[in-house]
Amino acid sequence: MSTRAERKRMHGTGKEYWAKLGRDIKRDKWLFLLLLPGLIYFIVFKYLPMFGIVIAFENYVPYSGVFGSQWVGWKWFEYFFKFPSWTRYLSNTLVLSLMNIVFYFPAPIILALMLNEMLSLRYKKLLQTLLYVPHFISIVIVVSITFVMFGSSGIVYKLTNSLLGHPIDYLGSPTAFRWMIIGQTIWKETGWGTIIFLAALTNVDTQLYEAAMVDGAGRLRRLWHITLPAIRSTIVLMLILRMGSVLDSGYDHLILMANSLNRSASQTLDVFVYQQGIQQGQYSYAAAIGLMKSIVSVTLVVGSNKIAHALGEQGLY
Amino acid sequence: MSEARVETLNGKKMKISSGPVGQNDSVGSRVFNIVNYLIVSLIAFTTILPFIYIIGASFATEYELATRPMFIIPRDVTLDAYRYIFSSNKILMAFGNSVFITVVGTLINLFFTVTMAYAVSKQRLRGRNFFLNLVIFSMFFSGGMIPSYIVIANILQLKDTYWSVLLPGAISAYNMMIVKNFFQGIPQELEESASIDGCNDIGILWKIVLPLSLPVLATFGLFYAVGHWNAYFGAMIYMSGARDKWPLQVLLREIIILANASAGDLQNMDPNFVQPPEQSIKMAVIVVSTVPIMCVYPFLQKYFVKGVMVGALKG
Repeated sequence: MSTRAERKRMHGTGKEYWAKLGRDIKRDKWLFLLLLPGLIYFIVFKYLPMFGIVIAFENYVPYSGVFGSQWVGWKWFEYFFKFPSWTRYLSNTLVLSLMNIVFYFPAPIILALMLNEMLSLRYKKLLQTLLYVPHFISIVIVVSITFVMFGSSGIVYKLTNSLLGHPIDYLGSPTAFRWMIIGQTIWKETGWGTIIFLAALTNVDTQLYEAAMVDGAGRLRRLWHITLPAIRSTIVLMLILRMGSVLDSGYDHLILMANSLNRSASQTLDVFVYQQGIQQGQYSYAAAIGLMKSIVSVTLVVGSNKIAHALGEQGLY
Repeated sequence: MSEARVETLNGKKMKISSGPVGQNDSVGSRVFNIVNYLIVSLIAFTTILPFIYIIGASFATEYELATRPMFIIPRDVTLDAYRYIFSSNKILMAFGNSVFITVVGTLINLFFTVTMAYAVSKQRLRGRNFFLNLVIFSMFFSGGMIPSYIVIANILQLKDTYWSVLLPGAISAYNMMIVKNFFQGIPQELEESASIDGCNDIGILWKIVLPLSLPVLATFGLFYAVGHWNAYFGAMIYMSGARDKWPLQVLLREIIILANASAGDLQNMDPNFVQPPEQSIKMAVIVVSTVPIMCVYPFLQKYFVKGVMVGALKG
């Protein structure tokens, strides 16, 4: 960022400034023309909605528009916190996030380490090809496959029923709901998630391994003392990015799995915003909850980045 | 097996492995290898097992699905399920819509991404830092679902038009930044010689820069295309009133998920409730919607991994 004084030195003052601006634009008119579509896109689809956040403080009615709607201040925020089950929405969100970090987050790291230990490159490539497939499948298909296999006429349902002697309601029980979401995420994204760690693993200095071998370190010790520390900063980086979405439960995934039976577990803040805003047209109320979420997310990313710096890691920025 | 490995990645040769480097493979190391191979193979097999099962089951008879507990290859192969889903043009139409949205959407994506990336890749562009910061800020903070919905549905009035799914994601800020970095890596001399020959910026982009960027365009074109093919949320909320424009994913949700989601509530269903389609039909629908992705998958894998690497190393 340049200071005002610097800018003055670079571009001159007053008339001079405008004259130079005019000349620059004229010189690069074709470049500005190329910039225009993208610029318009960002203004209309990114910055206009940011400005539209003001509806969180209004009683927005589409007919009156953003400017014509009544200003209500903090009403929607107060309304939400007076709503007796707001804690349930928050805890459902946090439980899913926590389960995601505990069970999903380490999965690609472990799988990457295992792939990295494989000596046959060709076989490794083949396995990777298979492991990446689900990443390219839409979430609708993933959930559809789940329904076909775990529904009451599905193969998994029948199999566990005959093994356990009693049926498990995979699609209708709140407890199962959470495990199904985590399971789907692990199945879909673990293979693809290894790529970034495998890339980091290529930077390990092999001389370290040789030195450790001379010192008599076995496979596991080398893995623990050399390989894992080598990808530590990547792990921290991914964790920081993950922190920013602690309050995101992935509405596009959740609303597919949610139904009236698992409601007590599937109602998260994201689902709340979708139901209130899109389904019931309570735009201002939903926008207020969305705004709170965004603010918490930004705060968490900045905060965890600070912590990473304090721990001596490079962090996100 | 006992030699150190050399793998080529991004053109650089490097050794990677904490595995045995010398001749003296210990017993422990061998056991480690065997266990490791077994576990990873098992994970990979589990990953594709559902697909194998679904493909096999989609050719099975309803009777076999109900009676045989587990199978991969059906005893009586039948095309009934496929015959049924293609008996009406519902699936075909949705398939066509998905193809249309994917093709047009990807062209829009590439146009917007490339033009903007080229403009901001030039150091001399006045206000370049401002434009870049504008893009980067939008990666960290967004207006959220509802304000975007209001802009698209109420202000731009795009509801029930294809534009509502084609325009809102026209540029991925992240992809645009990577393309910009790539453009910056193209030697200036090439462009300068063209500009001496009287080419303007648009001409240089079209005649010099784009032909050099075909692999990058392929990578991001595929990124965008898969995104369009798999997207359902935008179409679901913006085109809810235009069934004839529904892409496959939205139809799939209605056929399989919505029909089944209420299966647990059957007792208190209203009497007009239509029985959900049978198992093999659902599987056939899943297969049909997955086939296009599987057809381009070999290309995808190659370019995608490259794309992720570029992002991880430069971005």
